[in-house]
Amino acid sequence: MTTPSQPAITATGLRRSFGDHVVLDGIDLDVPRGTVFSLLGANGAGKTTTVKILSTLIRAGGGTATVAGHDVSTAPDAVRAAIGVTGQFSAVDNLLNGQENLFLMADLHHLGRAGRRRAADLLDQFDLAEAARKPVSTYSGGMRRRLDLAMTLVASPEVIFLDEPTTGLDPRSRRAMWQIVRDLVAGGVTVFLTTQYLDEADELADRIAVLDHGRIVAEGTPGELKRRIPGGHIELRFAGPADLEAAERAMAQTPSRGVAEPQTPSRGVAEPQATRDTDTLALRVPHDGSLGALKALIDRLDAHAVAVDSLSVHTPDLDDVFLALTGNPRPEAAGGNPRPDAETGNPRPEKVATP
Amino acid sequence: MSTVSYALADSATMLRRQLIRMMRYPSLTVMLVAMPIVFLLLFVYVFGGTLGAGLGGAGDGAAGGRAEYINYVTPAIILMTITSIVQGTMISVAMDMTEGIIDRFRTMAIARVSVLTGHVLGSLIQAVLAITAVLGVALLIGFRPTASPVEWLALAGVLVMMAFAFIWLSVALGLSSKSVESSSNVGLPLILLPFLGSGFVPTDSMPTALRWFAEYQPFTPLIETIRGLLMGTPIGNNAVIAIGWCAAITLGGYLWAKKLFNRESTR
Repeated sequence: MTTPSQPAITATGLRRSFGDHVVLDGIDLDVPRGTVFSLLGANGAGKTTTVKILSTLIRAGGGTATVAGHDVSTAPDAVRAAIGVTGQFSAVDNLLNGQENLFLMADLHHLGRAGRRRAADLLDQFDLAEAARKPVSTYSGGMRRRLDLAMTLVASPEVIFLDEPTTGLDPRSRRAMWQIVRDLVAGGVTVFLTTQYLDEADELADRIAVLDHGRIVAEGTPGELKRRIPGGHIELRFAGPADLEAAERAMAQTPSRGVAEPQTPSRGVAEPQATRDTDTLALRVPHDGSLGALKALIDRLDAHAVAVDSLSVHTPDLDDVFLALTGNPRPEAAGGNPRPDAETGNPRPEKVATP
Repeated sequence: MSTVSYALADSATMLRRQLIRMMRYPSLTVMLVAMPIVFLLLFVYVFGGTLGAGLGGAGDGAAGGRAEYINYVTPAIILMTITSIVQGTMISVAMDMTEGIIDRFRTMAIARVSVLTGHVLGSLIQAVLAITAVLGVALLIGFRPTASPVEWLALAGVLVMMAFAFIWLSVALGLSSKSVESSSNVGLPLILLPFLGSGFVPTDSMPTALRWFAEYQPFTPLIETIRGLLMGTPIGNNAVIAIGWCAAITLGGYLWAKKLFNRESTR
């Protein structure tokens, strides 16, 4: 047994190549127990390879890694006894029904009668009790993913690897999966989550590492990563081109107190000037998120008698972080694997007001 | 529990998985059992009259030849039942390896070989059922074995030994094939080889080169052993050679399969 002070996962200089293709180029990880760590990156960045090495599916080409205090290369069976893995590809037996799949896991963990009870509990908990005796081949994507995770949880693992757990799920199933992850962590489990969705990492993770071409290009809490990048703005929408032009003229004048330039315009990602989008009749004004700045902006629009159709405030989010750190616009765009929701390229609006 | 008892418990669990899968997908089993029965009927009723007359026994006309030929060919058909069943083993192993659940098994602290022994035991049960069905049909259409109870017992042991050997070999072949489609081709030699031996006609009726091959290839001693036990024909050293071949094929298949399964998952 390992002591709680030990980290759940460590990695030092982890490398792996497939032929001449370097997939992991020396990554370091340190994941404390009972936390959610998210590895964020586009398809092909090396996320799945990292999970495969840490879950003993493949060997590292170089470097060392421990999971639950055991070295993955010298004590793979000890690692296997402590982990659960829910991969990107569904790891359920399609010819078995849901209950049989869970019983299979319980039996392989030699849980006996307690295993049967645990399986029944998990079917209830994951809302699969009704479908328990239906073949898995008839399950929806969300049900299949829930069963997959339930199978991982039969043996109550200390460390759980979730490799893109919500890829291909509809928005409701995604939210359900997020809640399950939160509940797991509340129960003291360590979760290692890979995702290509920035909002998912933002929602769930205590710490995020951004993986790009086999290297970790940034690591920190979601807040820390966001602070590194300017990107907050107010978006104004107008009923017609005339209003848009009037607003642009108003903004072009010397900025008044409060409608600030971004706090740290170091990377030159966000523009200090308002930018217009003629097609959508929108104007984006850089903004630091403060109430004073918002009031000043509204006052100024009033002073110029500009009719604004709607106004929304956008805080910098991980989309902006990703853009600045990797040079790729968005991981979805790079991966060509569209997300079912949030199709717009804009950061999420925090609040929307109609003056 | 010790390592061995864990391995046994895990193998039993995997066998249960395999049996459920077979019952959910029975058409494969039905096809695998039907094939040797079709061959039996084909050889007895279509070719049997003529081939039986050529055996040079006491056959009297086509009917007599057919009666004699069914006794000659049934041992070969029984062996063919095994090679037919293992076609299914290859396909289901290859199919299984494409499923994500295999990667899940690899990340679990289980006896790894149990994934394979589940397939082996499942196929063995299929083989026993299939051989029983084939023997039943053969008896119905006039097969008259002369075996004593002891010989029947020995036959059962020999058949399980042979099935075990070819099943392990086909587990390895199934693991080695790149896709499910190609796995259904790699087993073709196992279907053809009984024809190039003493299964359907005596080897001394063949041209020299083919006869030489037929006498030394593994299927001939296997068929001669089965035939000897069922019909009382001389077995000679065929039994020993058959046991040797089976041991070699089992060991080779097992080691090869284990090596293939333990190689890195490349998905």
